Amino acid sequence: MTPNPLKTQADRRKERIDDLAATAGGSPSGTVTGAGEIEESPGVSLIASAWRRLRRNPVFLVGAGITLAFVVLAIIAPWIAPHDPTQGLLLDKVRQQSNPIPGSEPGFPLGADNRGRDLLSRLLVGAQQTLIVGVGATVIGLVGGLTLGTLAGAFGGWVDSFIMRIVDVMLSIPSLLLAMSLAAVAARPSQMTVILAIAIVEIPIFARLLRGSMLAVRSSDHVLAARALGVKQSAVVFRHIIPNSLAPVIVQATIVLATAIIDAAALSFLGLGNPDDRKPEWGQMLGASQEFLGDHPHLAFYPAACIIIVALGFTLMGESLREALDPKSRR
Amino acid sequence: MTETIENVQTQANRNEALLSVRDLRVTFQRHGEKPFVAVDGVSFDVRPGETVGLVGESGCGKSVTSLAIMGLLPRRGVKVEGEVDFQGTDLLRQSDDQMRDRRGRDLGMIFQDPLSSLNPVVPIGVQVTEVLERHRGMSRKAATPVAREMLDKVGIPDPERRLKDYPHQLSGGMRQRALIAMALACQPRVLIADEPTTALDVTIQAQILALLKDLVEDTGTALVMITHDLGVVAGLCDRVNVLYGGKIVERGDRHPLFASPRHPYTVGLLGSIPRLDGTRGERLTPIPGSVSDNLPWDSACAFAPRCPNAIEVCREARPELLDDGGGRWLRCHNPVENPLEVTR
Amino acid sequence: MLRFIVRRLLQMVGVVIVLSLLVFIWLRSLPGGTVSAMLGDRATPESTARLTKQLGLDQPLWVQYGRFVKRVLSGDFGLSTGVLPGRDALDLFLSRMPATIELSILALIIAVAAGIPLGYLAARRRASTLDNLSIVGSLVGVAVPVFFLAFVLKYIFAIQLGVLPVSGRQSTGLDATRVTGFFVLDGILTREWDASWDAFKHLILPALALSSIPFAVIFRITRASVLEVMDEDYVRTAESKGLATSTIRSRHILRNALLPVITTIGLQTGGLLVGAVLTERVFSLGGVGDALATAFTLRDYAVLQVLILAAAVTFVLVNLVVDILYAVIDPRVRTR
Repeated sequence: MTPNPLKTQADRRKERIDDLAATAGGSPSGTVTGAGEIEESPGVSLIASAWRRLRRNPVFLVGAGITLAFVVLAIIAPWIAPHDPTQGLLLDKVRQQSNPIPGSEPGFPLGADNRGRDLLSRLLVGAQQTLIVGVGATVIGLVGGLTLGTLAGAFGGWVDSFIMRIVDVMLSIPSLLLAMSLAAVAARPSQMTVILAIAIVEIPIFARLLRGSMLAVRSSDHVLAARALGVKQSAVVFRHIIPNSLAPVIVQATIVLATAIIDAAALSFLGLGNPDDRKPEWGQMLGASQEFLGDHPHLAFYPAACIIIVALGFTLMGESLREALDPKSRR
Repeated sequence: MTETIENVQTQANRNEALLSVRDLRVTFQRHGEKPFVAVDGVSFDVRPGETVGLVGESGCGKSVTSLAIMGLLPRRGVKVEGEVDFQGTDLLRQSDDQMRDRRGRDLGMIFQDPLSSLNPVVPIGVQVTEVLERHRGMSRKAATPVAREMLDKVGIPDPERRLKDYPHQLSGGMRQRALIAMALACQPRVLIADEPTTALDVTIQAQILALLKDLVEDTGTALVMITHDLGVVAGLCDRVNVLYGGKIVERGDRHPLFASPRHPYTVGLLGSIPRLDGTRGERLTPIPGSVSDNLPWDSACAFAPRCPNAIEVCREARPELLDDGGGRWLRCHNPVENPLEVTR
Repeated sequence: MLRFIVRRLLQMVGVVIVLSLLVFIWLRSLPGGTVSAMLGDRATPESTARLTKQLGLDQPLWVQYGRFVKRVLSGDFGLSTGVLPGRDALDLFLSRMPATIELSILALIIAVAAGIPLGYLAARRRASTLDNLSIVGSLVGVAVPVFFLAFVLKYIFAIQLGVLPVSGRQSTGLDATRVTGFFVLDGILTREWDASWDAFKHLILPALALSSIPFAVIFRITRASVLEVMDEDYVRTAESKGLATSTIRSRHILRNALLPVITTIGLQTGGLLVGAVLTERVFSLGGVGDALATAFTLRDYAVLQVLILAAAVTFVLVNLVVDILYAVIDPRVRTR
């Protein structure tokens, strides 16, 4: 209950030393070299000290472990999958009326889906498309957001107001609703339209985030110092403002990786996803399973479990990153 | 001037100490880390109407001392030993609830940053009356006139209106006055002021110090003044304790201490403040190094690495706090005989 | 205060105008456009041309937009083509709204009632088992797709255990008087308690599923906010005044810690709208969300128009209310 003056004493001092150690270990921060340019920005020491904290953080390690396993699986899946996920190998076991979903049998531990395709293989190979959806949507959203945010933050004035008005309006539409609307525009829905729909929703979020932190950094001491030393505007923007504003953007990107996969599943569930299921994707598998939920819940549970674990991995990583990069939460 | 102070002094000496801190030791112990001794055997007395200063750099243990007296240190991870005698009861042996009853009633405290120390979403008036409601059992309605009177007493103009104001609507000096009103609402016997003027403009600083001085003299409240600012000490305190590394290194009455500081650390503190009457071109002498250079007190003088007067024994044996016979207490193997020689 | 509200209202009007423009552009960019959607398979070049002229689609875009705005303002969104063919789209929206509002309110109540106390407790007992469990729980809560959670709840409690209804808003064969369209409220108004309880039971599972994300977010914001406030100087001041623990908690910690939580609750309403689309689908609640999902799959543009505009306006309105509420609670905003 009592406020915590522990912080004021032993800890603060230790922290100061820790941070000092970090700057010494990395590169000297904020030193003015003979050329009259500020060589390294404080962002370096921030990232270095964040990394030191992360290395010992079990939450981050679990998240990173899951993520790594997921990426490795996505890469090697075609080789370890027992069967071809596109072939209806158990098609003869599908009984349209009595039992549309073949159960497990030797060689097919999880059984098959309603088209007789091996469920295990589809799950394994599904990691690939799921990764593509997550990373694709995040990268497109990130690039779009960074472009807009940089334009707004760097130019200020009417460019800034104009871009930010649009961003605000886009933000005022609930994200999945916007994604649904965008997905519905596609004449021929495909994996790419799903990725685009999810990515465009993220653009205003990234733009706002980057602009906000750019404004904060722009008026910070080391940027003022660089300006005072006569560093060119473009150099200030690209060498000082942007690198130092990226921390919250990186955190957001990690979290978007998770939401993109979940949103893709929701779009599939609503019938706005990729109709072509030859290349399996977890969200699509989950969305398609709703028909058989009553009698065959495992069809939903397996892809859902995969999505939850992977989303959790990204979220854990993002949250621990946020904590590590947030100077306020360092204690 | 000198006479009046001596009068107060003798008067105070006759009285019993109101608050008596004996061998206070505060250890921070966090799981899996080395214990850190923030306050290491500090003892001092405060008598009614007297102002005692605790002076030192940040990290010397002065704020922790005050929080320990108030019972505001968390239970977990902190070990508080020693004795804090207040009118015959040892505050350190009191339960949480007993201390809760005493805080605000017997012991008041004011803090460094008046803006962050006031609740931003509660009107000033309520923040004053809540103390009266709690300790005097008054209703909000009955407490309001008392609160208005308190605000008036600490020099807040138009107190009626200010009762309804929120902290952000007040100026820095007014906020500190409001904090003082809150701390003094129940007329506590002891007031602890932790750097009360550090966050204020210089002109406001002087006003607040004058206010504190008047209030202490009027009510006979004992004041413990915690500061790093020797100017504050010089203007207000009857006696001064200089802390270093969690221990008192020098103690004395204000005038003699300032006239002839004997501990090299005190000399250093005085040397690092600018003087208006100094000769032109004279340089300020900072104390070299920082608190992190400290040696452990167990087998050396903690200040030795930064001390211009250090001799061999300083790194080998712990100095004790000893009376030099003239009311001056020193913890030093090699005190300064003539301070002017060292600083200039 | 009044100026603050007026300013926010004006801003809101601006946002809505831009939104209507976006919706208009969006409608024009839908595959095949309105005409082929309305004519469907019966489209011939002649009928297409006639309808295009009839709808004024051969006019310049800005004229079309003007007409669009005029029709929207007069409440004429056209007739539903897919969800309930022939029904007026606005009418359809209004009749579906109560179910969604009931569902959202219940979900929000659950999220707030669980999230704030749990967040507060977790912060008070930082790093305790309760704290760690709730953090893990909230992280999992965000990672689980809402409609899958709805699946799971439905499967366990409705299909397997049979303790709660599987779908719909009321039990079949129940004869209840309808006054407002809010089934729970209707039962209370007409004193048909059974009807109220029946409608409530139908809401429990969907509301639980829907509350998962707002709960997780509110929990985490509350926890972080309380942790921050507990370290504030003014809490130490309150302690130094010897105030009762209850006063410190309510007046000094919670009152400050809840400020960011209120903003969060406002932001969550957008999520609720979308979540409602998903949960209503799973439980066939027949609300706005359900209609929206159907309208998307059947490309019912009239209904989509209404629903998307309504969703956006609701979201903007809720945020206005939150801003005003914030100003009421935080004197720093109010008295600036």
